[in-house]
Order: sequence, then structure tokens, then C-alpha cells
Amino acid sequence: MAKAKTMAKQSPQRNPKKANIPHEKTKTAKNVVREDAESMAKRQREISVSEFFAKNRHLLGFDNPKKALLTAVKEAVDNSLDACEEAGILPTITVKLDRLSAPVKEPTPEEIAQEGKSKKGRAVVPNERFHLTIIDNGPGIVANQLPKIFGKLLYGSKFHRLKMSRGQQGIGISAAGMYGQMTTGKPMKITSKLPKKDKAAFVELTIDTKTNKPEVLQEKEIVWSQPSESGTIVEITLEGRYQRGKQSIDEFVTLNTLSNPHADFTFIAPDGEKLHLPRRTEELPPVPSEIKPHPYGVELGRFHQLAAETGGRSLAGFLQRDFCRVSEKVADEILKAAGVKDVAPSKFTPEILNKVHETIPKIAIMSPPTDCIVPIGEELLQETLRSQTQAEFFTATTRSPSVYRGNPFIVECALAFGGELPADEPVQVFRFANRVPLQFQPSACASHRVITKIDWKSYGLQQPRNAVPVGPVAILVHVASVWVPFTSESKEAIADYPEIKNEIRLGLQECARKLSIHLSRARRAAEEDRKASYIDTYIPYVGEALQEMLKLSDNQRDKVIQTLRTTLEKGKVDGEE
Amino acid sequence: MAKNKKLDKADNKALQGILKNAQEVYDKSLKGHKPQLKMPVRSLSNVRYEKKEGFLALKNQLKIRTLTYNTVKSFAQTLKMMSISKELIETNDHASKRETYYISKNWGPARFDEQPESDTVMDDIEAMMCVNREQLRFLPEEKGGEVAGQLIVYDRDRDTGKPLKIDCTGFGSGAYSIPISVEHLEFQTKAKFILCIETAGMFQRLVAHNYWRKANCILISMGGVPTRATRRFVRRLADNMRIPVYAFVDGDPYGFANIYRTLKVGSGNAAHINEFFCVPSATFLGVTPQDIIDYKLPTHPLKDVDIKRARDAIKNDPFFRFHKEWVNAIEQMVKMGVRAEQQALAKHGLNYVIEEYLPQKIKKANKFLP
Repeated sequence: MAKAKTMAKQSPQRNPKKANIPHEKTKTAKNVVREDAESMAKRQREISVSEFFAKNRHLLGFDNPKKALLTAVKEAVDNSLDACEEAGILPTITVKLDRLSAPVKEPTPEEIAQEGKSKKGRAVVPNERFHLTIIDNGPGIVANQLPKIFGKLLYGSKFHRLKMSRGQQGIGISAAGMYGQMTTGKPMKITSKLPKKDKAAFVELTIDTKTNKPEVLQEKEIVWSQPSESGTIVEITLEGRYQRGKQSIDEFVTLNTLSNPHADFTFIAPDGEKLHLPRRTEELPPVPSEIKPHPYGVELGRFHQLAAETGGRSLAGFLQRDFCRVSEKVADEILKAAGVKDVAPSKFTPEILNKVHETIPKIAIMSPPTDCIVPIGEELLQETLRSQTQAEFFTATTRSPSVYRGNPFIVECALAFGGELPADEPVQVFRFANRVPLQFQPSACASHRVITKIDWKSYGLQQPRNAVPVGPVAILVHVASVWVPFTSESKEAIADYPEIKNEIRLGLQECARKLSIHLSRARRAAEEDRKASYIDTYIPYVGEALQEMLKLSDNQRDKVIQTLRTTLEKGKVDGEE
Repeated sequence: MAKNKKLDKADNKALQGILKNAQEVYDKSLKGHKPQLKMPVRSLSNVRYEKKEGFLALKNQLKIRTLTYNTVKSFAQTLKMMSISKELIETNDHASKRETYYISKNWGPARFDEQPESDTVMDDIEAMMCVNREQLRFLPEEKGGEVAGQLIVYDRDRDTGKPLKIDCTGFGSGAYSIPISVEHLEFQTKAKFILCIETAGMFQRLVAHNYWRKANCILISMGGVPTRATRRFVRRLADNMRIPVYAFVDGDPYGFANIYRTLKVGSGNAAHINEFFCVPSATFLGVTPQDIIDYKLPTHPLKDVDIKRARDAIKNDPFFRFHKEWVNAIEQMVKMGVRAEQQALAKHGLNYVIEEYLPQKIKKANKFLP
């Protein structure tokens, strides 16, 4: 502290010239106590993830009241769907939103204009308060796990495995609870019933953001209010704003049914209006299997980490055990090519591991198993678009699985054209990742970059430079993976991996090719019609002239007209071959 | 009587041609084939120069119009026009080209929008049947030439059929108009030559000064490219009366290659009738390129179209190609780069043409360009 003071005294003398310059910073510097490493060290301490995210809630999708409400719904619904599918239950999910405060009147454009004139600052619009309830018929959660799952960030079953699921990190639902707690001070309430128990477990909890630990306020057994045999009810009180339309909860629920036709959704809006979207199929999608990472694309750091944690007894054992598609033969091949010995884990040196890592891309290794990813499927994708757009042409493609950073993924694309789609607006893009609709940040998404890079003009669409094409088209992109790389924890946009972008590009181009075939076919059909009607216009006069010259009967005339018409129509087709 | 019979024969040829083509179209259509209409290609590329008879004769390139999507409209129009022609022959009537165009307005969407379209179809049918337009009972609006001079024409009264004697010396400052059909005309003359003149202006000057009396000749005003009737009239007159024909036109490629060539050997467009509708005995009095030099005529520079026309004549016209003298003359003009009109002679005085130019030229008629 003494040292710091001296420095503070000295500094103006050291820079006398600077001190004379009337500069705010330098002026105030006189009174500021400068720090040194030690003083700073006193304030250096661990930051809990909860604290971090509490300050950076936009990273989790809670940037504004409207979006916060949607994110909370989304996180809860994702969890419910994951749980139901893993347990083999056809999901039935109800989302209920109750308004706790009087609805805030949005300022009208006139009012805004008025405010602008009066030069007074705009009054802060107070946020509305909502009570959000999400009810599912999932397998339920064991009572003593409830506090950790809902009251702790980064706690969950999905982070440490490679399996296609909606949730990934174990942040979402706890963050939603934390947001509610921060904005309203109200705890989160969770009720969960297991199939074999008579009563349901109920907890009320808050998160201690300093320690990232749950604080249970109440814990008891209650009567299960739902008709289902098991399930979970999550209740959060939070600030937000509810609006229908684009990027709304309604849109989310609707889009969700598209990618999850086996789920039954009900949304009860604050005004009591009920949106019920029944399931379209009784068939659950196949359960994706869990896989180990694939050797291709595993980055060096992760490779070292896996090696350090391996349960394998040797280098070859490590490769076989911790990676998929590595057989004894492949492992031997890798070691041989790398020129290293099959040493025990204790003798894994960075040099050896680096050599092995360098060698892996040179060895032919089977692609990762594909049953770990369950695509939506071409047929269902087309149906999805059909239910969303009044188009005339639909096409879809499911690419074969590919790998980025050792993670298998599948890209699916679908395209709708024509009908009532607006012809003079940028094309609509529907994005999904692991069956979850992505409603925000379209231009930050890898799919956007791909769409703007494709030359749509060659497929018959208009396209401003480096922009989304313009035309009566809707595009759907679904990226499914054991680990979908998002640009942020709010899971709004898919990161720019070249492998993923390439697959999206190939998928979209395939759809676009089918579109241009359809377009040229339609053009040809229209041309044929035009020709036929042109022929029909003039052929009668050929018949009439022949009748006049050869004194034909009306029957003979009509017969020659008919025969000629047939001949010409046929000739038209011949001529094109 | 003999003429009537000939007329019937011509009608019959046209009628049979129409029926034959219609029947072929009908039969082929019923068999499920695409019917076709065949006609000779009407262009200079499909003619050859018959040296002996001296006209441009048709070669055998055929234009086949098959009924397809693309031709269905013009195919229907061709058949409809054949039908009109058949009816005209059967009712012994005529229709002018313009009237025929208006008749087509009954054809709904198959009607002609502009008269050139219907004229083209008419020419096609004419060539298809290898008959004259008049035999199909289609009459042109184009005016025939005018005649003044030492000639008596025998026509017939329209109502009574009685012979009508027309003395071409008796039109004063006017002239006798060549009718559209000239086959029935008979002639009486003691003239020494026939002078075919391009421009009405020059014709007027020669008539006003009774040049025909001085030179004992027949003057004919062609008014540009001579019409079929004019060509046929001059042909019959020259053949029947055995008198030479001299052409007096502007000294430019159009005068050579269009006016004179058509007068002498016929046109590429109506080659199927050239045999009768040209004057092979005609020779070229002037204005020649050499005249421009000899008579120091005022000139105009040749335009690009003139040069193109001249080159085209040397390269593609079988008549000019056959005559070395013509090739030399045209090349001379291209080299000089200038042209001169008939009336440029007025530079030396208005009557210079009568007093000096024509008499001097006609003295050396054996040196005229062929």
C-alpha cells in the first residue's frame, strides 16, 4: 500500500509535461491509488460459472425479456424431449405461461415520435412478470438429483458423452432458473414423479451464484397432479415479455413439432389461448447410440488429454479403447507408420503422442458409425416444409454422415419452391440442430455463410451480391451430430467448421439441382401447352381449306383435322428427342 | 377463239395444280404423315442463265414446307389462298393482291396482318404451280409501263368483244398504258426500234419533243424495274414485229442489275415464268460507265449499297457472269467510284439527249452492251 502511494506521488513528477495538459484521466490520476501485483493478488479469486453467466446472461440467450422467456421454454422443452426419447416414452409436453403483472402497453409510434420531439429521455418500460410451467410425461428424476440438475450450472449427463441429444452442457435449465431468481427473486419449483412411486418429489430451490451450488428452500413429497405415470414439472417465475409472431414461443412450439412429429405439444398463452399440436406419428425416432470419438480430426490437445485419462494398457490399447473404428490391425498400422513402440501409458511422452497424432490422417480408417445420429429423414423434412409453406415443389436430401473434429454429423437440407411463397423477398431459412429449431442469429450461422456463397443464379434464382437469394423459396437446414458446435452457449447459430459448411453446401446444391430440374420441366410443360394451343389455333383452317378445295364432308374435314392434330402433337415430342 | 381455248388451258393447268396439291396434302394427312408442299426456291441462287434462249431459268432446288408446329400458320394460309384461287377460276373472276389480303381477314387468327405476307404466299403458290399469278386470278396493283410512238395496238372491247384499234401516236402529250394482261393484244408498226426508258422524266422529254417521230421508234416508260406486263408487252411486240429493243437507264448498279437485267432475262423471284416474261433481244444503250467519261457527265459517288450491288452482280448473277463485257463495265464503274443518271445529260442542254446523245449511240447499236 505504501509503495502504491509513493508511485501515485511520483507519477505526476515523472511526467510533468503530461500533468500540465488538461486531461481528465491525468487529473484524476492524482487521487487514484495505483495498484501493484500484490495488491492485485488480493482481489484475484476464482469466478464461479454461475457468477460468470449471471453477468453474461446474453451468452445463454437471456439478452432481452422477450428472448429470455423463449429461452427458458426452449431449455425446458429440450430437456423433456431428450428424457422422453431416452426412456422410450412418446413425449407429451405442456407449456403454460401465466402473466403475474399487468400487461405493459407498448408505446405507439405516435408516442415514440412525441417523445423524440420533447427531447425527454424515454421512460424505461417496466418488464412484465410471468410464471412459466413446463409439464412433461418423461421418466422423472431421482429426488436427490433434483437440486444438482436444476440448481447447479454445468451439471448433467450429456457433456461427457458423444451422443446426439438436444441438451449438451447442462447449463440451460439451471440458467433459466437463475435468470428467474435474479429478475424476480423467486425460487424455481420442480416436481418429479418416478413410475414406480406413489408420490412425487417436490423441491423449491435457488442457486448460490458465488459457489454454483443449489440452496434447497423446501423439499417434500406431494401428490402427483398429472395423468401420466411419470413426469417432471418445472416452474420458474421470471421477468419477460410475451409477443406472438416471429421468434416467439408460439413459433418455437410449431417449429418443434416439425422436427419432432412424435411429440404432442400444448401451449397455453397468457391470454388463455390454447395451442395444441398433436403428434403426427406414434413412432419414436430410433435411439441414437453413444460413440467414442473418431481418430480423424481429434485435435492434438484433446488427444493428449484422452491419452492421459486412458484406461488402456498400452498405446495400441489406448487407440482401440478410446476411439471408434480403431481395430487391433488399425492400431498396429498407426504405430508402425508413426515409428513408435507400443509403450505403456506411463511412458506416453508428448513426442510419441505427437507422432501418433500426426500419423493418424495418413491411415485409412472407417468412417464413424452412423447409427449414433438419427436424421429426420427426407420424407419428413419435405412434410415439414409443406406444413409451413404453401409451395408447389418440395425436395429434401439427407447427406451421408461426415466427420468434423472426430465428431460424426449429418446434414439434411430441404427446399420448397413456388406456390404462395413471396417471389420478391429473400428466401426463408429454417434452421434446426439436433431437431431443435434455431430462431436467432441467422446470419451468424454456418448455414447462412453457405447460402450466401452458393451461386443461386445458376439455379434460376435472383441473388444480390454476397446475400441470401431472392425468390419464392424456403430452405431448411438440419445439422445433427453427437456434438453440435454452436457459436455460443445460447445455442443460436452453428459454428463455421469447414467440414460442416461443405456438407451444407453439397446438400443445398443437391436440392437446388432438383429445383432447377423441376423448373426446366415446368418450363418445358408450359412450352408444350403453348405449342399445342398454337397448333389448335391454325389446324382448323387447314381442314377448312381442304374441305373447300376437295369438297369434303364435314365429317371428312373433322377427321383430317383430328388426325393432323395428333400427328403434330406426336411430332413435337419426336422433334425434341 | 384460239385465244379462248388457250385461256381455258391455262385455267385448267392452275386448277389441276391446286387440286393435285390439295389431294396430296389430304391423303398424306389421313395416313398420319406430315403433309408437305413443294415449291421451287425463289431466289437468284436457284436460277441459271439459258444462253440460247436468253433468260434466267429455274434450277431444281425445292423449298419443302412440311406441316409442323412452326409452319402450321403459313401452311394454313397457303391452303386457304389456294382455295380462293380455285374459286376465282371456277367463277371466272379476279381479285387484286390487295383484295386478296382483305379476303384473308375472314380467316380469324390465320389472317394476314400485312399485305407483304399475303403477297409472299401468293408468289409461293404461283411458283408451286409453275403458273403466272394472273392464271391464279390474282392481279397486281402495279401499273404497267406507258407507250408512245409509232405503234398501233389491237385490243378488244370489254363489252362487245369487238377489236379496238389504239394508235399510240395519238396520245398527244400523254401515253398509252400497258394493261395488266397483254396476251390478247396484237400489233401493227413500222418502227425501227423500241426504246425502253427507266425514268418517267426522260420519257416525258422524249415525248414532248416527239422524238419517236424523228427516230421512227416506239417509246416505253418502265418506271423503274419493269412490271411483268411491261416485260411481256415488250417481248410480244419485239418478237411479233421483229424489231430491236434498246434499254436506256441510269448509269448505276441498280440500273444495270435490277432494271436492265430484269427486262432482259427476268428475275430470280419469279424465275418460273421468266421464259415468257423477259426480253432476251434487248440490248443496253446507256448510260454506260464509258458514257460517263465520253460525255463528261456530272456524277455522284457510289454509295456502299451501290458497290455491294455491283459486286454481287459480278459474283452471283449468272447473266452478268456470262457476259465478259458486262463484268468489265461494272468493274470499270466500281473503279471509277461514281454513277450518273440519265438526266445528267441535261448538263449539256435540255435537248442534248435528243439531238446528240441518242442519235450518236443508235448509230453504233451493234456495240451496245449485251
